[in-house]
Parts: sequence; C-alpha cells; structure tokens
Amino acid sequence: MSDELQTTSGAGQVQSTEPIQDPGLPEHQLRPQDVDEAQAKRTERQIAWMFRIAGLLFLGFCFSYFLIDINSSFLGWSAQNFAFGMSLGGGLLLVGVGIIQWAKKLMSDHEMVEMRHPSASSDEDRTAVLADINAGISESGIGRRPMIRNSLLGSMALLGLPAVVLLRDLGPLPHDQRKTVWTKGMRLVNDVTGTPIKPSDLQVGQLVNGQPAIVYETDADGERVLEGTELLQVKSKASIIVVRMRPEDVTPDAGKENWGIDGILCYSKICTHVGCPISLWEQQTHHLLCPCHQSTFDLADNGKVIFGPAHRSLPQLPLGIDDEGYLIAMSDFPDIIAPSYPELARDQKKLDNKA
Amino acid sequence: MSTTQEYTPIQETGAGKKAAGPVGWLDDRLGLAGVAKKNLRKVFPEHWSFMLGEVALWSFVVLLLTGVFLTFWYQPSMTEVEYHGSYMPFNGLEMSQAYKSTLDISFDIRGGLLIRQIHHWAAALFVAAMMVHMLRVFFTGAYRKPREINWLIGVGLFSLGLIEGFAGYSLPDDLLSGTGLRFVDGLVRSIPLVGSYLEFFIFGGEFPGDEIIPRLYMAHILLVPAILLGLIGAHMLLLVYHKHTQWPGPGRTEQNVVGYPMLPVYAAKAGGFFFVVFGFTALMGALLQINPIWVYGPYNPSEVTAGSQPDWYMGFSEGLVRMMPGWESTFFNYTWSWNVFIPAVGGLTGMFIIIGAWPFVEQWITGDKRDHHLLERPRNAPVRTAIGVAAMTAYGVAWAAGGNDIIATKFHMDIYTLTSIFRVGFFVFPVIAFMITKRICIGLQRADANRILHGYETGVIERSPDGGFSERHAALPVADQYTLTAHERVPVLEAPAETDENGVAAPHTRKEKIRAKLRAFYYADQLDKPTVEDVHHAEEHLAAHDGHPVELGDEFQGVSETGIPRVH
Repeated sequence: MSDELQTTSGAGQVQSTEPIQDPGLPEHQLRPQDVDEAQAKRTERQIAWMFRIAGLLFLGFCFSYFLIDINSSFLGWSAQNFAFGMSLGGGLLLVGVGIIQWAKKLMSDHEMVEMRHPSASSDEDRTAVLADINAGISESGIGRRPMIRNSLLGSMALLGLPAVVLLRDLGPLPHDQRKTVWTKGMRLVNDVTGTPIKPSDLQVGQLVNGQPAIVYETDADGERVLEGTELLQVKSKASIIVVRMRPEDVTPDAGKENWGIDGILCYSKICTHVGCPISLWEQQTHHLLCPCHQSTFDLADNGKVIFGPAHRSLPQLPLGIDDEGYLIAMSDFPDIIAPSYPELARDQKKLDNKA
Repeated sequence: MSTTQEYTPIQETGAGKKAAGPVGWLDDRLGLAGVAKKNLRKVFPEHWSFMLGEVALWSFVVLLLTGVFLTFWYQPSMTEVEYHGSYMPFNGLEMSQAYKSTLDISFDIRGGLLIRQIHHWAAALFVAAMMVHMLRVFFTGAYRKPREINWLIGVGLFSLGLIEGFAGYSLPDDLLSGTGLRFVDGLVRSIPLVGSYLEFFIFGGEFPGDEIIPRLYMAHILLVPAILLGLIGAHMLLLVYHKHTQWPGPGRTEQNVVGYPMLPVYAAKAGGFFFVVFGFTALMGALLQINPIWVYGPYNPSEVTAGSQPDWYMGFSEGLVRMMPGWESTFFNYTWSWNVFIPAVGGLTGMFIIIGAWPFVEQWITGDKRDHHLLERPRNAPVRTAIGVAAMTAYGVAWAAGGNDIIATKFHMDIYTLTSIFRVGFFVFPVIAFMITKRICIGLQRADANRILHGYETGVIERSPDGGFSERHAALPVADQYTLTAHERVPVLEAPAETDENGVAAPHTRKEKIRAKLRAFYYADQLDKPTVEDVHHAEEHLAAHDGHPVELGDEFQGVSETGIPRVH
C-alpha cells in the first residue's frame, strides 16, 4: 500500500524541495481485542450489557410514566421530569456509547486508502455539455427572436408584482403612530389596582407605574372597554410612570413649567430606543434606567438621555387636577412616544403645529 | 459472532438469501446498486474535530423529533383566555392561548416539560455546534477550493439557525419572549424609509397585534426548517462529493483520503453518536432547567424583568445594540435611527457578509487557485488565524456587552464605565488579539522548526569530561518529522509588473498594487519550513554528537522528568 502511495505522490518533483520524504502509512497497530480472544469476548460482554441496561431504562421510563404522580418532587426537581429524563437520556447514552465502543474495539480498524478525483468534470464532458447548451439555445431561437425573449422577460418581471401585491393584506397601512389614547381630562390610574391617583398619594422620591383610566374602564354591562390585543396595543403606547421629586430639583424646559403638579411629573414608560417598559428608578439621582439596553433618562431634567443607545428624551405628559382632586392628563403626549420610525420627524412637526 | 475467521458472506446465510429477494426487488425498480457501490464503503478520515459538524446535524434531528411532539399541544394563537390549569399561581389570569398551551405542555402533559427542555437545549446546542464547526473549518482552511460553495451553504445554515432559534423562543408568548419581540419591533421600525410599513405588515397592525405568533409559528415549523433541511442535504452531498478533508501525515496526501469505511465503521460511529447527542440533551432536559416561562408570566407590554437576556446566540446582537451610542438624524424629512439600525440590522447582516466573503477575499489575496484537500494547522497560516481570533474577540466583546447589566451587578462595576470599555474595546481588543495571535503562531512555527532541526529533548543528561552538563537531543521519528513539514512553503512574493511584455503600462496596476501589499501582509513574518539543506545539516549535527557513553537504541524515545520512558 505504501509503495502505491509513493508512486502516486509524484516523487520526482517532491524530492527536490521537501525536507522530509513521506514515509508512507504507518504499520497497522493491533488492538488487545485483535490478538486476545478473551479480551474481545470481554468487550463484547461489556457492550451487550450497555444495550441491556439501556433497554431496562426504556422500560423504566414507561413504568415511571404511569407510576409517578405529576405533582411529586424529587430533590427539588419535578420527580417525573427527573425520572423521564434520566431513564431516557441514560438509555440513549448507553446505546450510543455501546455502538461507538463496538465500532472502535471490535470492528475492523484497518485504515483504507481511497484516491480523490478532481471536483471538476473532464474537459470532454465540459465541451460536450457546452455544445449541448449551445445547441439548445440556438435551436430555441432565443437569440434570433429577441421579441419573444424580451416579452417573456418582461412578463416574468411583472409576475413579481402580484407576488408583492398579494402581501398587501398582511396588515393595515401605518396609522396613528403619533397618537395614544391619552386625551385632555383622562385620569391617571395605578397600573396594578386601577385606582385614580391623588397628589397626596405620592411621597417625594416615589415612582408609580400608571395607565390611562380607559384601560380599566367598563361599559354599562360591566365588560372591559379594552380587551385582548387592543388592550395590549394601548398599554404598549400609553403606559406611564408618575414620579414625585422635590419641586426645587426639577428644571423644566421653557413651556413645560406648568406640566407638573408640586414636583409630580408624568413620563411615558415606553423607552424611545426600542420600546422596553422602563422601570429602574434611582431616587437620589432622579435617573431612570431601561433594563433592556441601559438607556438612562434624567427625569428631573425633562427626561433627557444621559447615557445609552436611546436618542430622544422620554416624552412627558402634561398634568392637571380634576374637580375631585385626581391627577389628569391635560392633552395627549406632545412628543412622540415609543421607538423612532421613519416618519417620526414629519409626525413631530404635525404635533408641534397642533400645539 | 464478529471475528473475522467465522465470517460468512451474507449471501450464503439464511438471512442473506431472504434479503436478496427484497434487495433484488428494489434494485429492479430503483437501480441503486450503482450509487451504493461507490458510497457504502466510502472512506472518511478520522479526527475529533470532524465530529463538531456531526453534533450540529444530530441536534437538528433531535429538534425535529422533539418539535413534532410539541406541536401536538402547542396552540399558536394570541387570543386571550383565562387560565385554569395546574399551575395554581396563575389561576384565573388572562393570558394568550399560546402561553396557556405552553404552560399546559409544562405542567399537564406528562413528559411535556422534558421534551420542551430537550428542544430548547438542543436548539442552544445546534447553534453552538454550528459555530464551533465553522471555526474549525475556518482555522484549518477547509473552506478553500473546491469547498467555497459548501462554506456559503454553511453560512446560510448558521444564519437561518439564528432566525429559527429566535422564532422558537418567541412562541411561548411569555414576558421574556414578548420583550424580545418588542425589540424586533423597534428594530423593524428603524429600517430607513419603509420601517413603519414593515412593522404594520409583520405584526398585522400596531405592536403587538394578534398575528405575530401564528406567523412566527409557520416560519418556525415549516418555512425555516424546510430550507434548513434542504441546505443540510446539499451540505452533506457536497461533503460526500468532495470527500472529507484530512490532516497531512505519513501516507496522507492531496490525492488520497485515508480512514475508515462508511460501512460499518462510520455508520456505527455516526449512528451511535446520534444516540449520544440525544441522550446528552435528554439528561440536560432532566437536570438543567431552561426557559422557565412560568416564572416570567404572560406578556404585558408595560412590564419587564431586570436582567432580560436573549438566548446565547443572540447575545452579540443584543450587545451591539447596547454598545451603540444614541445616534439619530433627520434627512429629507425622514428620521434615520442609526442607534438601532446599524447594530441590529447592520451588525447581523455585516457579520454574515464578512464570513461569506472571506474565502473569496483570501483567494484573491493569495492568488491560490489550486484545490486543497489537506488541512492547514492554524499556526502555519498566522495571518488567517490572527484574523479569526480578532473576529472572535470582537464577537466576544459584543457578546459580553449583551450581558453588561449582569456583569455590572455580579462584579459590582459601574455599568456606564463598563459600556464605555466595551465601546472602545470592540475596536481595540481585536487589534491586540491579532498581534498576539500572529506572534504565538510564529512562535509555534519556530518550535516546530526547532524540533525538526535539533530533535527532541531525550531527558538524558550527559556530563562532559570538563564537568559541563548537557541534555542529549535525538532526532524525531521520521513520521513525526514528515507531519511537521507536510505543509506549503511560503511563496516568493514578486512586485506586480509595472509594464506588460510590450513595455506598455500594465492595466489594473493600482488594483494589483493593493493586492501585492495585502499579499505581503498575509505572508509577512512567517517562518518557512526547513529546507533540504537545513535538514541534512541537522542530521549531520545530531549524528556528529558521537562517542556517547550509552547507546539509546532504536526503541528509545526519551524519558520524562520523572524518569519514565516516553512514547511519541
């Protein structure tokens, strides 16, 4: 075998530059199982036992399916999950290891040599195929009849249009991205309980997660006004946080001086980066950190971004107080909430004009 | 039963005679003997690193099997229902049908939790195995001609694997997966000009809509797996057609492949390995909890848990988004959200473009158009290896940045400082890694040359008549010497011709100059293997060391520090 290799590796040219000559395949090494029948038998028994135990484990899986209660636990695990996984996994592992052991220890381990063939086809084949293709093209007349060719290509290009147009009903066209359900006079309610919020409910340093009152509103029959998807859509735009800071700490921009009530400010809870609900409030610094990508907003300074990948400030909701002394919105958000989108600049201008 | 002396040809056994009937019946109709003859005893070379792709293949099979089981109960619907199942804390809670059915699989279907956990672990393993397999192929140069197309198929498999995994872990519609979808919503919106349209079409309206889960389900169980399956088939066919690459060594050349036959050895080893992978993931499903959706609760767009993390393979993308400064600009009355678009969309596509283009870039730089079936040791291609490690470093920085909040809390570090370090490190660390790796490679090349030219240290200490101590060196076995030198010489580099043969300024000289510079960079500082003269000289030198007090003998291969004879 090694002689054959020497001749095939083109010795003449190799000898001149290669510092070490290919000594050819090393001699075959015998395994203990090849020379000692007792060893081979022993290995055979070992492998057979792996398969037998695996079989028992598969049976054990079936027993545990019917015998172990779904609610019982074992060392803090679900007893069922543990029993199923250990018996199935253990059995499969034993089968696998057994087969591999069989291949390694008992099957023939004589290395074989196979010659490679070039990936490319032979030159004759190539020429023949090219000739066939040329014959096909010329017999089709596609080159001589450009009218057919061009009209076919044109129709194929137009076929792309139905494929795209068909997808039109995947969803509605973008709409109302600049709007939320907030309107003038809508109460702020607690996110968990749905109760309206009074300024006196908030202490300095406190942050409350809130929703527009419509989220908890019910109609005459006691049914929720907003349900299911619609509710989630509203929450993913209109969720708010209400914070109370010392009034002297707050530095509102021009035009925003009367948006708060005694240091109580309301901001959108939806991050302007990619829309995570922002929730990590640092009382001492008035910083609000988004847990998703760590954009940090300074709530005492108009929700400006002080670190992280967000670009736009956290939109602020102007607050007022109704007759019963509860916090209400004075309008919808004057700035666009949620992540940026291509038409944002245009929509923001529209909002500014309205104001 | 299996020893060679008892072996009877199958056609002479009772079973064989019976089998001849069906085999004949099939071959009369399918004529498969021609294909089978070539392939049943096809030779595959052996090395542990060739197993990595197999892990990916088998974990994909595990995913198919466990995935089918999960579809029996999972309901891809975002309709709100009230929960009244076994998990008492959620009794009466409103949630989507998808989340409820996932809870049912976890708590009410016997074995459902196990299969769900196996499915999730196998997915994590699938992507990990593909990645490590890809690194193996990269660092050994196995993607070189004629295997570039298979490399591209591999890149396709890897990218689809990421999408498939993401679609999969979004399906339970729990708080964590909903947070991931919210991120995708922001990502889609950031796509210039068409972002809003894409968002409304993909989600069937405003986020979250009620279409995304059924649509992801279709992609997850039909569209993507079908493409994956087709690509895997093509990947394997090309593997068989090209025959597997092999490491150089005695008797192993560019023209042959040395190893064990498909039947029985590789059929058994690979088949057995499927059971090992399945068993391993099953044990993980039994012992290691993954994605406990009942801890997170149903999706609610106004809630999020701190420390939200995607599955590991999306971590680098998450990290890129976290590292990115908050750039956004307005041109032509449109908003351009670079802070999301560049890292999320650009980062993912850019990575796949770079990986896919590499074989062609390298080929253009080196000008090497030959077929390569022998693998290269990473040290013998220092620049390629260093580029690979630099890319791994950049990936690693991005991946770590994806967990910057966890790192900050666990190691009590300032999150802003940490993020700033990652921002700089993403560009600086890869350069450092490149330089260090290249030097390590060259150092290893020197060590190889040293072993050939000066032999190995025998551990035998000699004392000379004038009292000096020295350690005797002996020549390596020829097979080892050959293996160490069985790689290509560093080519002689020539400056591109300024003029063609007629003395006219050659066209494309500018391009050729760039290429020559890159080629010089690619081969710079490499140590070439010893020449024939070097080796002759070394042999004389080792032989000249005669007059030894003790003859070492042919079998001797040195002693270890503890005096035990060594075997190379």
